[in-house]
Amino acid sequence: MSAVTEPSVVWAYAVTERDRPACLDGLEGVGGGPVRAVVAAGLTAIAGDVPLAGFGEAALRRNLEDLGWLEATARAHHRVIEAVAGEGPVVPMRLATIYRDDAGAAAALAEHAGDLRAAIGRTRARKEWGIKAYAARPDPPDRDAGSAPRPPGRAAAGSGAAYLARRRQQLTAQERARRDVVTSAELIHARLAGLAEQSRLHPPQSPQLAGHRMQMILNAAYLLADDRDDDLAAAVTDLAGRHPAVRIEITGPWPPYSFAALPEARQP
Amino acid sequence: MTGPAMTGPAMTGRVVTGPSRALPAERVALVDLLDRVLARGVVVTGDVTLSIADVDLVTVNLRALIASVSTLAEAGGRK
Repeated sequence: MSAVTEPSVVWAYAVTERDRPACLDGLEGVGGGPVRAVVAAGLTAIAGDVPLAGFGEAALRRNLEDLGWLEATARAHHRVIEAVAGEGPVVPMRLATIYRDDAGAAAALAEHAGDLRAAIGRTRARKEWGIKAYAARPDPPDRDAGSAPRPPGRAAAGSGAAYLARRRQQLTAQERARRDVVTSAELIHARLAGLAEQSRLHPPQSPQLAGHRMQMILNAAYLLADDRDDDLAAAVTDLAGRHPAVRIEITGPWPPYSFAALPEARQP
Repeated sequence: MTGPAMTGPAMTGRVVTGPSRALPAERVALVDLLDRVLARGVVVTGDVTLSIADVDLVTVNLRALIASVSTLAEAGGRK
């Protein structure tokens, strides 16, 4: 091992009100290093050292565009937050919140102590659930079933005018299906938002990243009291029955990523 | 069965209804994870701003990332 200490910066995972969560022992953080507590202003930042060589501004900018690096980093970040969230209320920090040193992290805690405490209070004894809904048929109506009009000319049955008429009819059906699906998304959201303490609508995920062509019509997060898991499950079951043209997916429970924003973070 | 199978607390990625093509769980989870950790309300196809306290704001262009994912998806092979 080198006698020279590698220059490092401080990666922050989350903020809690506990002095030092027990789960930190043996927990592996971003870059494989240990995780520790930085205490200031009655709050604790869960943090760890990462090498400046990989996490300085220029290196970070480069690394964040490397999918393998980003995935490993995001998973390590999330793993630590989940462990801490398993022991009590926590406010997750956005990926790549990096301070020069512990003093920098402590100063940030002190500066935002009031807002951080409020955020912890908002999410205490609550869980975040993700709901994603898709238009189950990418191209309604049933093209798979062979009802799509054939181009004219091959068989005598299809004149050009008949083809166009069928095409027009199909487009109208598609528009109607699209409208119905948007209405479904609104109804699903309204029902689930009614169960939740708070809700957030996120932009749809990229179909490329999601790996399929289904149109995402709802990408929402709901903050529910800890004892409402069953209510959510029941509501989703019921909604799935009412909206057969929509595919609904639940993710979670998550640490309250979507509900941790501090007031100034909402500014554009 | 068509009913949602939701029993335990970990329902991540569970398909609740409708026709589905099974997606690799790892990739679904990564999409959902990046959706959250990169920035709330961020559009994954655009530019993402990450806050680097004490240092600066770093703007990350995720186009390269999305290109890599598409490549992976093809290399992984659709069934």
